Amino acid sequence: MTTDYKSLTKQGLWDNNPALVQLLGLCPLLAVSNTFINGLGLGIATTMVLVGSNISVSFVRHWVPKEIRIPIFVMMIASFVTNTQLLMNAFTYDLYLVLGIFIPLIVTNCTIIGRAEAFASKNPIIPSFVDGLMQGIGFSVVLVLLGAIREILGQGTLFYGADQLLGSWAKQLTIQIYQVDQNFLFAILPPGAFFALGLLIALKNLIDHRAKQKASKVSVEVVGAESKA
Amino acid sequence: MLKSSPFNQASNSVTQLMLQVILATLPGALIMFYFFGWGVLFNLLTCSLVAMASEAAILKLRGRDFKSGLSDYSALVTGILIGLALPPLAPWWVAVIGTFFAITFAKHVYGGLGYNPFNPAMVGYVLLLISFPVAMTSWLPPQNIATNAVNFLDSLNLFLFEIDSQGNKLNFYLQNADGFTMATPLDELKTGLSMGFTTAELQDKLILTGWVNQGWQWVNIAFLVGGLYLLTRKVIHWYIPVGMLGAIFLTSGLLTWIDPDLHISPMTHLFSGATMLGAFFIATDPVSAATTPKGRIIFGAGIGFLVVIIRNFGGYPDAVAFAVLLLNMAAPLIDHFTQPKVYGTRDA
Repeated sequence: MTTDYKSLTKQGLWDNNPALVQLLGLCPLLAVSNTFINGLGLGIATTMVLVGSNISVSFVRHWVPKEIRIPIFVMMIASFVTNTQLLMNAFTYDLYLVLGIFIPLIVTNCTIIGRAEAFASKNPIIPSFVDGLMQGIGFSVVLVLLGAIREILGQGTLFYGADQLLGSWAKQLTIQIYQVDQNFLFAILPPGAFFALGLLIALKNLIDHRAKQKASKVSVEVVGAESKA
Repeated sequence: MLKSSPFNQASNSVTQLMLQVILATLPGALIMFYFFGWGVLFNLLTCSLVAMASEAAILKLRGRDFKSGLSDYSALVTGILIGLALPPLAPWWVAVIGTFFAITFAKHVYGGLGYNPFNPAMVGYVLLLISFPVAMTSWLPPQNIATNAVNFLDSLNLFLFEIDSQGNKLNFYLQNADGFTMATPLDELKTGLSMGFTTAELQDKLILTGWVNQGWQWVNIAFLVGGLYLLTRKVIHWYIPVGMLGAIFLTSGLLTWIDPDLHISPMTHLFSGATMLGAFFIATDPVSAATTPKGRIIFGAGIGFLVVIIRNFGGYPDAVAFAVLLLNMAAPLIDHFTQPKVYGTRDA
């Protein structure tokens, strides 16, 4: 069986995007996407866990009894999350403090157990790795986009707190797009996340709809040309 | 005995209804203008313009006929209600953001007029209240007791640039002679009660003198007059206002009876804040309210009950917007349980 990596990539990033299409892992998605950097931090952490869990689940897939696969998968995921948490504690301590409970909560992110169950437990290691990576990147891109939108609307900055992820030199990365006396709290609070995510989903559906229309138009023209000939 | 609303032939189109509502807000708007100055007018103008513009833009975007959509004036009513709810001399962008959000998200995302589950004006108002708590709670004192009354030019400057020609910010106009910031009567009562004063001690405060309180009592009376006009023209029914005002009276009466020192009196509740505007103009929105007669009484009573509870025990001084939104959520349920029985049928 040959695996179509191109389609795996497209599935993860667009057609079956965990955040925009599967609507999985919404809790961390909505809770920590209040700045670009927070979104990026959690996105990277989730991707790391997803890749690790996909590879290892795929590796042991022949030896895991069907009946108890879920607890085994969860235990493997939990160990990867613990590793990630310790790594963040060691290298990005400030971000670790900001993200707080949402790092251990990656264990309960349905995207990860979902990919383990639906893909990694049935496929060889390399495709599982690609699937995990692409799903993770798809999730991270949405997190980062949401974070950027909410940060710009909410406090008028971009890349605020970049030093928490990249070290103290990154403090100057923060861009003040506009200056306000009163922050637009709505965008920073959870309801703003729901609205922004809704708008992103609407935008994706619009793009898909347009692409479909275009495709059907083209095919009609082709058919028309053929019938003329 | 489900009555279909208005029997009056002249007022059966949406346009006619909306025009009557706009007309009925006039006394209240004029009294507010008298007590709070030019800011009221700026808010009303800005909100109306933004409401119409957003409505037109969205209708165009949705590929609807925007001329007929605009001429029903429902967007204008939403704009006017937000304009009346905003603190005078709040910066212009407050009005713009709230109205745009109300029309775009609360109304058109759900499908436009007739499909919105929440009252658009109140969604816009609550968005502003949680987003900009400082701007949204900085109410001017009634100008007849204000230490620093604000004139037209200063009002315009404050509205547009948040600073007047002498370099004073809005805070300057909120202060009384002692340099303390004055707030609305409800705010004053809430702060005072939380600091351990009794209602009787608080009565000495300048803003709380008068029959009920300064300025606000007349604003509420004016909206009551406008509301009664709507009732006589059969634009609205009595169910919701009576339910709401009755529940406010009963709930606050009970609380006052338990301990008059710690609870705001029924009269103050009825003639302060947004009570009358809410009872006659906001809660009666036919789209987002309950529809059966019994249901509407329950709907109104629920709002009235929550208003008193939130005003007394909640974090905000006034509560009409929150109460209306919460009951909007409950409206389908209320309708479900108050369906009148079809004549001649039996319980299964």
